[in-house]
Amino acid sequence: MGKTLYQKVWDAHTVGTLSDGRTQLFIGTHLIHEVTSPQAFGMIRELGLTVKYPHRTFATIDHIVPTINQDAPADPLAAEMMAALRENADDFGVTYFDLASGKQGVVHVVGPEQGITQPGSTIACGDSHTATHGAFGAIAFGIGTTNVRDVLATQTMAMESLKVRLIKVDGELKPGVYAKDVALDIIRRLGANGGIGYAYEYGGSTFKNFSMEERMTVCNMSIEGGARCGYVNPDDTTFDFLKGRPYAPGDAEWDNAVSRWRAFASDSDAHYDDIVQIDAAEIEPTVTWGVSPDQGISISETIPDPAEAPTEVLRNSYQEALDYMKLPGGTPIKGVPIDVAFIGSCTNGRLSDFREAARFLQGHTVASGVQAIAVPGSQITAIQCEKEGLDKIFEDAGFEWRAAGCSMCLAMNPDKLVGDQVCASSSNRNFKGRQGSPLGRTILMSPVMVCAAAVRGVVSDAREVFEVGEFDIAVT
Amino acid sequence: MALAKITSVSGTAVHVPGADIDTDRIIPARFMKCVTFNGLGEFAFYDVRFDPTSGERTDHPLNEERFNGANILLAGVNFGCGSSREHAPQSLNKYGFESIIAESFAEIFFGNSTTLGMPCVTLTADQINHLREAVEADPTTEITVDVDKLEVRSSAGHTFDCAIPDSARDALINGRWDPIQELLDNEEKTSGVGEALPYV
Ligand code: SF4
Repeated sequence: MGKTLYQKVWDAHTVGTLSDGRTQLFIGTHLIHEVTSPQAFGMIRELGLTVKYPHRTFATIDHIVPTINQDAPADPLAAEMMAALRENADDFGVTYFDLASGKQGVVHVVGPEQGITQPGSTIACGDSHTATHGAFGAIAFGIGTTNVRDVLATQTMAMESLKVRLIKVDGELKPGVYAKDVALDIIRRLGANGGIGYAYEYGGSTFKNFSMEERMTVCNMSIEGGARCGYVNPDDTTFDFLKGRPYAPGDAEWDNAVSRWRAFASDSDAHYDDIVQIDAAEIEPTVTWGVSPDQGISISETIPDPAEAPTEVLRNSYQEALDYMKLPGGTPIKGVPIDVAFIGSCTNGRLSDFREAARFLQGHTVASGVQAIAVPGSQITAIQCEKEGLDKIFEDAGFEWRAAGCSMCLAMNPDKLVGDQVCASSSNRNFKGRQGSPLGRTILMSPVMVCAAAVRGVVSDAREVFEVGEFDIAVT
Repeated sequence: MALAKITSVSGTAVHVPGADIDTDRIIPARFMKCVTFNGLGEFAFYDVRFDPTSGERTDHPLNEERFNGANILLAGVNFGCGSSREHAPQSLNKYGFESIIAESFAEIFFGNSTTLGMPCVTLTADQINHLREAVEADPTTEITVDVDKLEVRSSAGHTFDCAIPDSARDALINGRWDPIQELLDNEEKTSGVGEALPYV
């Protein structure tokens, strides 16, 4: 019987079995950022250890970076974290894409952009959205800070093996339906904890036809579905994306690298612990209504009525979510007023996201009373967008065009919701308080849907707002 | 590095209601602006312990005086989901919790907790409910999480079989819950694997 990519990568990186039965796994690429690394550096200093493979460790700064005056955080704690990362990178000889490098950005945007993220590799980062890198056929784990210490000191970590679930999406997405909707739809179907114990392999013709950006958007949200990692088998789309990037293999090694990478793809007779089949044509533009990413519905549906929930546990959790969201069950999600619109994050802060959003936003204006901000995922993304004049389109429409960082995805910088503001957000988490205000409310959706909500001032169906013809379909 | 053998944790317990309690809830991101984990204990569950508008203490169980000093946390399903921030188990641990009993745990949270020597064991919803009722009726009810025997017992007379993955149990009871020494000991093999990987 054949093997999955997951098994092949796992086998190639196994150092041995630890006395507690776990695997000691070699981590080929270690990405670090300012929030989860300083304590780990503190621990290795305390233990008198050093960084084993500094050349396989890459740092950038993203979570606390202000998006106005990037390098001058007014917050002294943020400045301290910035200084700590600089010092640690210097002391241990770690490559650091800092603010002055022109390459800074959200760690999960920077890795692929630099060609550091490669097929058949293992990647770890003290950040749960490390699963993003799986889009390249890598096995990429989010880890805690003590694991970061382990990887710094030994380039390995203790890991329990995972089962593999194939999520096969076939067919073409309808116009106005995006990778983000695929991610939200999968999580809605399988639940926020459906993926516990699993690695997700995303396959089928829909993924085959997806760009790397689209694959990254779905892999990114594997963790919202409870899966520790998610991946897509590498193919020509992957190799084309990587070719010529700074850390990708050069011309001399390119052909060898490609044939090695190709061999990591799951065999056609590989065994899966579970298979889920989804018809792409059934997926609708999806938005969340609650405080967990699996509390999603299609834009034309009504918010669930707790009274109709199938179990008491669900009834209670629906009610708790609706109380927090201050939304009535049984009413349409369409038309819910928003205060803030946010496009950015490692889920949807890439060039293709801004291009697609700008394509529809052009000629429209953000509704009065709505604050709309667009935050590129990296400095390179920002420059690419600006070269194409996308920043102007956003600004003309009434968006603020900001500098790169995580920004309002988790609001560790000054970009925060205030009070119980509602945010239409292209990010990945709608947890209570996620966007900086303990009462703030988040509605997750695709970037184009965020634009539609911004323009109308209420949660809207982008296919209606931006007119039928533009999506080339007849919407009823 | 000799680590304590954690075979069981005993003490009093408090129940925190709700499913899918995420790590943003356990420790809001704004409290992660720090370069050490010291002092995180006071921020555990901050936004549900203090009213976001008035700053007043809420009626959250952790604010109830009768549960002061509880060192075992009772919770629901998918506890600790969301971000990989080790700040979450660190803040609970520093707050005073030494063990967590829930219906299920998010994986990264579980691993982070084990590495701190804080056993996370699972019981069924029903069993947790029994324990909740017992501690709410009498907060001095003593609970024992016996990692070695895979049992949770209470002075109210409960004995439940609990579950924890073999590797975590083994690591805890044998004092190997922090794997760093063993990882370091295998340095030669590690280098061998690294050398065989063309991209490293
Ligand atoms: S953009 Fe959001 S999810 Fe992504 S790394 Fe930053 S904070 Fe985490």
